[in-house]
Amino acid sequence: MMNRTALDLWVGIFVAIGFAALTFLAMKVGNFSVFNKAPTYVVTAQFDNIGGLKVRAPVKSAGVLVGRVSSIDFDAGSYRAVVGIEIDSRYEFPSDTSAAILTSGLLGEQYIGLDAGGDIEMLRDGDRVMLSQSAVVLEKLIGQFLFDRASETPAQ
Amino acid sequence: MNGLLSALRTVGAMTIDGIWRLGFATRFLVAVLMHSGQSLRRVHLTIREIYFSGVLSLLIIVVSGLFVGLVLGLQGYDILQRYGSSEAVGVMVALSLLRELGPVVAGLLFASRAGSAVTAEIGLMKATEQLKAMDMMAVNPLARVVAPRFWGGVISMPLLAAMFSTMGIFGGWLIAVPVIGVDDGAFWSQMQAAVDFRTDVLNGVIKSVVFGTAVSLIAVFEGYDCQPTAEGVSRAITRTVVTSSLAILALDFVLTSFMFRGQ
Repeated sequence: MMNRTALDLWVGIFVAIGFAALTFLAMKVGNFSVFNKAPTYVVTAQFDNIGGLKVRAPVKSAGVLVGRVSSIDFDAGSYRAVVGIEIDSRYEFPSDTSAAILTSGLLGEQYIGLDAGGDIEMLRDGDRVMLSQSAVVLEKLIGQFLFDRASETPAQ
Repeated sequence: MNGLLSALRTVGAMTIDGIWRLGFATRFLVAVLMHSGQSLRRVHLTIREIYFSGVLSLLIIVVSGLFVGLVLGLQGYDILQRYGSSEAVGVMVALSLLRELGPVVAGLLFASRAGSAVTAEIGLMKATEQLKAMDMMAVNPLARVVAPRFWGGVISMPLLAAMFSTMGIFGGWLIAVPVIGVDDGAFWSQMQAAVDFRTDVLNGVIKSVVFGTAVSLIAVFEGYDCQPTAEGVSRAITRTVVTSSLAILALDFVLTSFMFRGQ
Protein backbone atom coordinates (compact mmCIF):
# COMPACT_ATOMS: atom_id res chain seq x y z
CA MET A 1 0.00 0.00 0.00
CA MET A 2 2.87 2.39 0.83
CA ASN A 3 4.37 1.68 -2.53
CA ARG A 4 1.22 2.62 -4.33
CA THR A 5 0.94 6.04 -2.76
CA ALA A 6 4.53 6.85 -3.72
CA LEU A 7 3.64 5.82 -7.26
CA ASP A 8 0.54 7.98 -7.21
CA LEU A 9 2.64 10.94 -6.17
CA TRP A 10 5.03 10.53 -9.10
CA VAL A 11 2.20 10.06 -11.57
CA GLY A 12 0.47 13.10 -10.10
CA ILE A 13 3.63 15.18 -10.54
CA PHE A 14 3.98 13.85 -14.11
CA VAL A 15 0.41 14.71 -15.06
CA ALA A 16 0.69 18.14 -13.41
CA ILE A 17 3.89 18.95 -15.33
CA GLY A 18 2.25 17.72 -18.53
CA PHE A 19 -0.75 19.97 -18.09
CA ALA A 20 1.49 22.86 -17.06
CA ALA A 21 3.40 22.38 -20.32
CA LEU A 22 0.15 22.32 -22.30
CA THR A 23 -1.07 25.46 -20.56
CA PHE A 24 2.26 27.16 -21.24
CA LEU A 25 2.00 26.28 -24.91
CA ALA A 26 -1.56 27.53 -25.10
CA MET A 27 -1.17 30.74 -23.09
CA LYS A 28 2.37 31.95 -23.59
CA VAL A 29 3.13 30.55 -27.03
CA GLY A 30 -0.24 30.24 -28.73
CA ASN A 31 -1.87 33.33 -27.21
CA PHE A 32 -5.01 31.32 -26.52
CA SER A 33 -7.48 32.88 -28.91
CA VAL A 34 -10.22 30.23 -28.88
CA PHE A 35 -11.55 30.21 -25.35
CA ASN A 36 -11.33 33.85 -24.33
CA LYS A 37 -13.73 34.70 -27.11
CA ALA A 38 -14.84 38.24 -26.44
CA PRO A 39 -18.25 39.22 -27.85
CA THR A 40 -17.92 40.37 -31.44
CA TYR A 41 -20.05 41.74 -34.24
CA VAL A 42 -19.66 41.00 -37.93
CA VAL A 43 -19.78 43.53 -40.74
CA THR A 44 -19.12 42.83 -44.41
CA ALA A 45 -17.12 44.73 -46.98
CA GLN A 46 -16.86 44.23 -50.73
CA PHE A 47 -13.54 44.43 -52.53
CA ASP A 48 -12.62 44.29 -56.22
CA ASN A 49 -9.53 42.30 -55.35
CA ILE A 50 -8.46 40.89 -52.01
CA GLY A 51 -4.96 39.85 -53.11
CA GLY A 52 -3.59 37.31 -50.64
CA LEU A 53 -5.97 38.03 -47.76
CA LYS A 54 -6.77 34.94 -45.67
CA VAL A 55 -9.49 34.00 -43.22
CA ARG A 56 -8.36 34.94 -39.65
CA ALA A 57 -6.12 37.71 -40.99
CA PRO A 58 -5.90 40.63 -38.54
CA VAL A 59 -8.17 43.66 -38.75
CA LYS A 60 -6.46 46.79 -37.50
CA SER A 61 -7.44 50.33 -36.87
CA ALA A 62 -4.69 52.88 -36.21
CA GLY A 63 -2.38 49.86 -36.05
CA VAL A 64 -4.27 48.26 -33.16
CA LEU A 65 -5.76 44.80 -33.56
CA VAL A 66 -9.53 45.20 -33.31
CA GLY A 67 -10.78 42.03 -34.97
CA ARG A 68 -10.19 39.29 -37.50
CA VAL A 69 -11.41 38.32 -40.96
CA SER A 70 -14.15 35.74 -40.38
CA SER A 71 -15.10 34.74 -43.92
CA ILE A 72 -14.19 35.36 -47.55
CA ASP A 73 -16.81 34.70 -50.22
CA PHE A 74 -17.31 35.51 -53.86
CA ASP A 75 -20.42 37.41 -54.88
CA ALA A 76 -21.48 35.93 -58.22
CA GLY A 77 -23.77 38.91 -58.93
CA SER A 78 -21.27 41.74 -58.71
CA TYR A 79 -18.14 39.62 -59.27
CA ARG A 80 -16.57 41.06 -56.16
CA ALA A 81 -15.13 39.51 -53.03
CA VAL A 82 -17.28 39.71 -49.90
CA VAL A 83 -15.17 39.75 -46.74
CA GLY A 84 -16.73 39.19 -43.32
CA ILE A 85 -14.98 41.29 -40.66
CA GLU A 86 -15.39 40.25 -37.05
CA ILE A 87 -14.84 43.22 -34.74
CA ASP A 88 -14.50 43.16 -30.98
CA SER A 89 -17.68 44.60 -29.41
CA ARG A 90 -15.58 46.94 -27.28
CA TYR A 91 -14.78 48.94 -30.41
CA GLU A 92 -17.52 50.74 -32.33
CA PHE A 93 -16.97 52.36 -35.68
CA PRO A 94 -19.00 55.04 -37.50
CA SER A 95 -21.05 53.74 -40.42
CA ASP A 96 -18.96 55.67 -42.98
CA THR A 97 -15.79 53.85 -41.92
CA SER A 98 -13.62 52.74 -44.83
CA ALA A 99 -11.82 49.40 -45.10
CA ALA A 100 -8.58 48.89 -47.01
CA ILE A 101 -6.47 45.79 -47.60
CA LEU A 102 -2.93 46.66 -46.58
CA THR A 103 0.35 44.80 -46.34
CA SER A 104 2.53 44.82 -43.25
CA GLY A 105 6.03 45.54 -44.46
CA LEU A 106 7.13 44.99 -48.02
CA LEU A 107 6.44 41.27 -48.21
CA GLY A 108 4.50 40.72 -45.00
CA GLU A 109 1.05 39.32 -44.40
CA GLN A 110 -2.01 41.19 -45.60
CA TYR A 111 -4.49 42.68 -43.18
CA ILE A 112 -7.53 44.93 -43.24
CA GLY A 113 -7.10 48.49 -42.06
CA LEU A 114 -10.19 50.36 -40.85
CA ASP A 115 -10.27 54.16 -41.04
CA ALA A 116 -13.01 55.64 -38.89
CA GLY A 117 -15.29 58.19 -40.52
CA GLY A 118 -17.27 60.99 -38.90
CA ASP A 119 -20.84 59.67 -38.92
CA ILE A 120 -22.93 59.65 -35.73
CA GLU A 121 -24.49 56.32 -36.69
CA MET A 122 -22.39 53.33 -35.61
CA LEU A 123 -21.85 50.09 -37.54
CA ARG A 124 -24.13 47.32 -36.31
CA ASP A 125 -23.93 43.55 -36.70
CA GLY A 126 -24.62 42.59 -40.33
CA ASP A 127 -23.98 46.07 -41.74
CA ARG A 128 -21.92 46.69 -44.83
CA VAL A 129 -18.84 48.87 -45.00
CA MET A 130 -19.49 51.04 -48.05
CA LEU A 131 -16.04 52.43 -48.71
CA SER A 132 -13.40 49.87 -49.55
CA GLN A 133 -9.97 49.92 -51.09
CA SER A 134 -8.65 46.79 -52.73
CA ALA A 135 -5.32 45.13 -52.25
CA VAL A 136 -2.43 46.47 -54.25
CA VAL A 137 -1.41 43.83 -56.75
CA LEU A 138 2.22 44.33 -57.66
CA GLU A 139 1.87 43.03 -61.23
CA LYS A 140 -0.97 45.48 -61.98
CA LEU A 141 1.03 48.33 -60.51
CA ILE A 142 4.05 47.53 -62.66
CA GLY A 143 1.82 47.07 -65.70
CA GLN A 144 0.20 50.46 -65.14
CA PHE A 145 3.59 52.11 -64.66
CA LEU A 146 4.88 50.71 -67.94
CA PHE A 147 1.68 51.72 -69.71
CA ASP A 148 1.97 55.29 -68.41
CA ARG A 149 5.60 55.51 -69.48
CA ALA A 150 4.69 54.26 -72.95
CA SER A 151 1.97 56.87 -73.35
CA GLU A 152 4.28 59.66 -72.11
CA THR A 153 6.98 59.04 -74.69
CA PRO A 154 5.63 59.97 -78.12
CA ALA A 155 5.63 57.24 -80.71
CA GLN A 156 8.46 57.39 -83.23
CA MET B 1 12.82 -20.50 -62.72
CA ASN B 2 12.66 -22.36 -59.45
CA GLY B 3 14.27 -19.47 -57.61
CA LEU B 4 11.82 -17.02 -59.15
CA LEU B 5 8.87 -19.17 -58.09
CA SER B 6 10.09 -19.46 -54.54
CA ALA B 7 10.73 -15.72 -54.40
CA LEU B 8 7.20 -15.11 -55.63
CA ARG B 9 5.92 -17.58 -53.05
CA THR B 10 7.78 -15.76 -50.28
CA VAL B 11 6.32 -12.40 -51.33
CA GLY B 12 2.84 -13.91 -51.43
CA ALA B 13 3.25 -15.52 -48.04
CA MET B 14 4.53 -12.24 -46.55
CA THR B 15 1.57 -10.33 -48.02
CA ILE B 16 -0.96 -12.81 -46.67
CA ASP B 17 0.80 -12.86 -43.31
CA GLY B 18 0.78 -9.06 -43.20
CA ILE B 19 -2.94 -8.83 -43.99
CA TRP B 20 -3.66 -11.57 -41.47
CA ARG B 21 -1.78 -9.67 -38.79
CA LEU B 22 -3.55 -6.42 -39.73
CA GLY B 23 -6.91 -8.09 -39.30
CA PHE B 24 -5.87 -9.65 -36.01
CA ALA B 25 -4.52 -6.29 -34.78
CA THR B 26 -7.86 -4.63 -35.59
CA ARG B 27 -9.80 -7.34 -33.76
CA PHE B 28 -7.30 -7.04 -30.92
CA LEU B 29 -7.87 -3.25 -30.70
CA VAL B 30 -11.63 -3.79 -30.50
CA ALA B 31 -11.15 -6.42 -27.80
CA VAL B 32 -8.84 -4.14 -25.80
CA LEU B 33 -11.33 -1.26 -26.04
CA MET B 34 -14.15 -3.56 -24.92
CA HIS B 35 -12.16 -4.68 -21.88
CA SER B 36 -11.03 -1.13 -21.06
CA GLY B 37 -14.02 -0.35 -18.86
CA GLN B 38 -12.86 -2.87 -16.31
CA SER B 39 -9.29 -1.59 -16.26
CA LEU B 40 -10.36 2.05 -16.06
CA ARG B 41 -12.49 1.25 -13.04
CA ARG B 42 -9.44 -0.26 -11.34
CA VAL B 43 -7.57 2.93 -12.00
CA HIS B 44 -4.43 2.05 -10.01
CA LEU B 45 -3.48 -0.44 -12.75
CA THR B 46 -3.44 2.34 -15.35
CA ILE B 47 -1.66 4.73 -12.96
CA ARG B 48 1.08 2.12 -12.52
CA GLU B 49 1.53 1.98 -16.28
CA ILE B 50 1.56 5.78 -16.61
CA TYR B 51 4.39 5.67 -14.08
CA PHE B 52 6.37 3.12 -16.09
CA SER B 53 5.84 4.54 -19.56
CA GLY B 54 5.32 8.21 -18.71
CA VAL B 55 7.21 9.22 -15.59
CA LEU B 56 10.24 7.09 -16.38
CA SER B 57 10.40 8.54 -19.93
CA LEU B 58 10.46 12.06 -18.50
CA LEU B 59 14.22 12.42 -18.36
CA ILE B 60 14.95 11.38 -21.95
CA ILE B 61 12.06 13.53 -23.24
CA VAL B 62 13.09 16.64 -21.32
CA VAL B 63 16.80 16.35 -22.17
CA SER B 64 16.12 15.60 -25.86
CA GLY B 65 13.63 18.45 -26.08
CA LEU B 66 16.14 20.85 -24.61
CA PHE B 67 18.87 19.83 -27.05
CA VAL B 68 16.53 19.93 -30.05
CA GLY B 69 15.50 23.44 -29.00
CA LEU B 70 19.12 24.54 -28.59
CA VAL B 71 19.97 23.27 -32.08
CA LEU B 72 16.86 24.88 -33.59
CA GLY B 73 17.81 28.15 -31.95
CA LEU B 74 21.31 28.11 -33.40
CA GLN B 75 20.27 26.96 -36.87
CA GLY B 76 17.26 29.26 -37.00
CA TYR B 77 19.31 32.28 -36.01
CA ASP B 78 21.99 31.43 -38.57
CA ILE B 79 19.44 31.29 -41.39
CA LEU B 80 17.17 34.13 -40.31
CA GLN B 81 19.89 36.71 -39.66
CA ARG B 82 20.77 36.52 -43.37
CA TYR B 83 17.37 38.04 -44.05
CA GLY B 84 17.65 40.51 -41.22
CA SER B 85 14.82 38.97 -39.23
CA SER B 86 16.63 37.28 -36.38
CA GLU B 87 13.74 38.09 -33.99
CA ALA B 88 11.67 35.56 -35.92
CA VAL B 89 13.80 32.77 -34.47
CA GLY B 90 11.16 32.32 -31.75
CA VAL B 91 8.49 31.84 -34.41
CA MET B 92 10.59 29.27 -36.22
CA VAL B 93 11.44 27.31 -33.07
CA ALA B 94 7.87 27.36 -31.77
CA LEU B 95 6.17 26.43 -35.03
CA SER B 96 8.55 23.63 -35.94
CA LEU B 97 8.31 22.16 -32.44
CA LEU B 98 4.54 22.48 -32.02
CA ARG B 99 3.62 21.27 -35.48
CA GLU B 100 6.17 18.57 -36.23
CA LEU B 101 9.16 17.94 -34.03
CA GLY B 102 7.35 17.82 -30.68
CA PRO B 103 4.86 15.07 -31.53
CA VAL B 104 7.14 13.18 -33.94
CA VAL B 105 10.42 13.11 -32.01
CA ALA B 106 8.64 12.57 -28.70
CA GLY B 107 6.71 9.74 -30.39
CA LEU B 108 9.89 8.11 -31.72
CA LEU B 109 11.55 8.37 -28.31
CA PHE B 110 8.41 7.07 -26.63
CA ALA B 111 8.28 4.09 -29.00
CA SER B 112 11.86 3.10 -28.30
CA ARG B 113 11.82 3.89 -24.59
CA ALA B 114 8.33 2.80 -23.45
CA GLY B 115 6.86 0.81 -26.35
CA SER B 116 9.76 -1.65 -26.42
CA ALA B 117 9.51 -2.13 -22.65
CA VAL B 118 5.79 -2.89 -22.87
CA THR B 119 6.35 -5.40 -25.68
CA ALA B 120 9.15 -7.08 -23.72
CA GLU B 121 7.03 -7.32 -20.59
CA ILE B 122 3.95 -8.76 -22.27
CA GLY B 123 6.08 -11.02 -24.49
CA LEU B 124 7.95 -12.44 -21.50
CA MET B 125 4.65 -12.94 -19.67
CA LYS B 126 3.48 -14.92 -22.68
CA ALA B 127 6.73 -16.88 -22.95
CA THR B 128 6.58 -17.84 -19.28
CA GLU B 129 2.89 -18.72 -19.66
CA GLN B 130 1.73 -16.14 -17.14
CA LEU B 131 -1.00 -14.99 -19.51
CA LYS B 132 -2.29 -18.56 -19.80
CA ALA B 133 -2.16 -18.93 -16.03
CA MET B 134 -4.29 -15.80 -15.66
CA ASP B 135 -6.80 -17.18 -18.13
CA MET B 136 -6.95 -20.38 -16.08
CA MET B 137 -7.73 -18.35 -12.96
CA ALA B 138 -10.56 -16.61 -14.85
CA VAL B 139 -8.60 -13.34 -14.97
CA ASN B 140 -8.81 -11.91 -18.45
CA PRO B 141 -5.26 -10.92 -19.47
CA LEU B 142 -6.66 -8.36 -21.91
CA ALA B 143 -8.33 -6.48 -19.08
CA ARG B 144 -5.64 -7.08 -16.44
CA VAL B 145 -2.41 -6.76 -18.48
CA VAL B 146 -3.02 -5.31 -21.93
CA ALA B 147 -5.66 -2.58 -21.48
CA PRO B 148 -3.85 -0.71 -18.63
CA ARG B 149 -0.62 -0.66 -20.65
CA PHE B 150 -2.49 0.58 -23.70
CA TRP B 151 -4.22 3.40 -21.83
CA GLY B 152 -1.06 4.26 -19.91
CA GLY B 153 0.65 4.93 -23.23
CA VAL B 154 -2.29 6.82 -24.73
CA ILE B 155 -2.45 9.14 -21.70
CA SER B 156 1.32 9.63 -21.31
CA MET B 157 2.18 10.44 -24.90
CA PRO B 158 0.40 13.83 -25.35
CA LEU B 159 1.77 15.02 -22.00
CA LEU B 160 5.29 13.97 -22.97
CA ALA B 161 4.98 15.69 -26.35
CA ALA B 162 3.81 18.90 -24.66
CA MET B 163 6.79 18.76 -22.28
CA PHE B 164 9.11 18.13 -25.23
CA SER B 165 7.79 21.20 -27.06
CA THR B 166 7.97 23.34 -23.93
CA MET B 167 11.55 22.32 -23.22
CA GLY B 168 12.42 22.88 -26.88
CA ILE B 169 11.01 26.41 -26.85
CA PHE B 170 12.92 27.04 -23.62
CA GLY B 171 16.07 25.74 -25.31
CA GLY B 172 15.50 27.99 -28.31
CA TRP B 173 14.98 30.96 -25.99
CA LEU B 174 18.15 30.06 -24.10
CA ILE B 175 20.23 30.28 -27.28
CA ALA B 176 18.45 33.24 -28.84
CA VAL B 177 18.01 35.63 -25.91
CA PRO B 178 20.77 35.18 -23.29
CA VAL B 179 23.48 33.74 -25.56
CA ILE B 180 23.01 35.54 -28.91
CA GLY B 181 21.20 38.61 -27.63
CA VAL B 182 17.96 38.68 -29.59
CA ASP B 183 15.47 41.04 -27.98
CA ASP B 184 13.39 39.21 -25.38
CA GLY B 185 10.17 41.11 -26.07
CA ALA B 186 10.39 40.67 -29.84
CA PHE B 187 11.13 36.96 -29.38
CA TRP B 188 7.91 36.34 -27.43
CA SER B 189 5.63 38.84 -29.17
CA GLN B 190 6.50 37.60 -32.67
CA MET B 191 5.97 34.04 -31.46
CA GLN B 192 2.59 34.88 -29.98
CA ALA B 193 1.52 36.73 -33.11
CA ALA B 194 2.47 33.84 -35.38
CA VAL B 195 1.35 30.82 -33.34
CA ASP B 196 -2.35 30.10 -33.52
CA PHE B 197 -3.97 28.06 -30.78
CA ARG B 198 -6.16 26.01 -33.07
CA THR B 199 -3.95 25.38 -36.09
CA ASP B 200 -0.67 24.95 -34.22
CA VAL B 201 -1.11 23.97 -30.57
CA LEU B 202 -4.28 21.93 -30.92
CA ASN B 203 -3.16 20.15 -34.10
CA GLY B 204 0.08 19.21 -32.37
CA VAL B 205 -1.87 17.74 -29.46
CA ILE B 206 -4.11 15.81 -31.87
CA LYS B 207 -1.00 14.44 -33.58
CA SER B 208 0.53 13.33 -30.30
CA VAL B 209 -2.71 11.59 -29.25
CA VAL B 210 -2.81 9.72 -32.56
CA PHE B 211 0.87 8.75 -32.29
CA GLY B 212 0.40 7.66 -28.66
CA THR B 213 -2.52 5.44 -29.65
CA ALA B 214 -0.60 3.93 -32.57
CA VAL B 215 2.56 3.25 -30.57
CA SER B 216 0.65 1.79 -27.61
CA LEU B 217 -1.44 -0.45 -29.84
CA ILE B 218 1.60 -1.70 -31.75
CA ALA B 219 3.52 -2.31 -28.51
CA VAL B 220 0.82 -4.32 -26.76
CA PHE B 221 -0.12 -6.16 -29.94
CA GLU B 222 3.45 -7.22 -30.77
CA GLY B 223 3.91 -8.40 -27.20
CA TYR B 224 0.66 -10.33 -27.20
CA ASP B 225 1.23 -11.80 -30.65
CA CYS B 226 4.91 -12.78 -30.26
CA GLN B 227 6.36 -16.27 -30.52
CA PRO B 228 6.64 -17.40 -26.89
CA THR B 229 10.39 -17.99 -27.07
CA ALA B 230 13.44 -15.91 -26.22
CA GLU B 231 14.06 -15.27 -29.91
CA GLY B 232 10.40 -14.51 -30.55
CA VAL B 233 10.33 -11.90 -27.79
CA SER B 234 13.46 -10.20 -29.10
CA ARG B 235 12.01 -10.12 -32.61
CA ALA B 236 8.75 -8.70 -31.31
CA ILE B 237 10.65 -5.87 -29.57
CA THR B 238 12.52 -5.07 -32.78
CA ARG B 239 9.25 -5.09 -34.72
CA THR B 240 7.65 -2.76 -32.18
CA VAL B 241 10.36 -0.13 -32.60
CA VAL B 242 10.52 -0.44 -36.39
CA THR B 243 6.76 -0.58 -36.98
CA SER B 244 5.93 2.23 -34.56
CA SER B 245 8.60 4.51 -36.02
CA LEU B 246 7.31 3.89 -39.53
CA ALA B 247 3.72 4.28 -38.36
CA ILE B 248 4.53 7.61 -36.69
CA LEU B 249 6.23 9.01 -39.78
CA ALA B 250 3.53 7.77 -42.16
CA LEU B 251 0.67 8.96 -39.92
CA ASP B 252 2.46 12.29 -39.56
CA PHE B 253 2.38 12.76 -43.31
CA VAL B 254 -1.30 11.85 -43.50
CA LEU B 255 -2.25 14.14 -40.59
CA THR B 256 -0.11 17.00 -41.89
CA SER B 257 -1.70 16.78 -45.32
CA PHE B 258 -5.10 17.10 -43.67
CA MET B 259 -4.13 19.86 -41.25
CA PHE B 260 -1.82 22.09 -43.28
CA ARG B 261 -2.69 21.70 -46.91
CA GLY B 262 -1.18 25.03 -47.83
CA GLN B 263 -4.31 27.10 -48.28
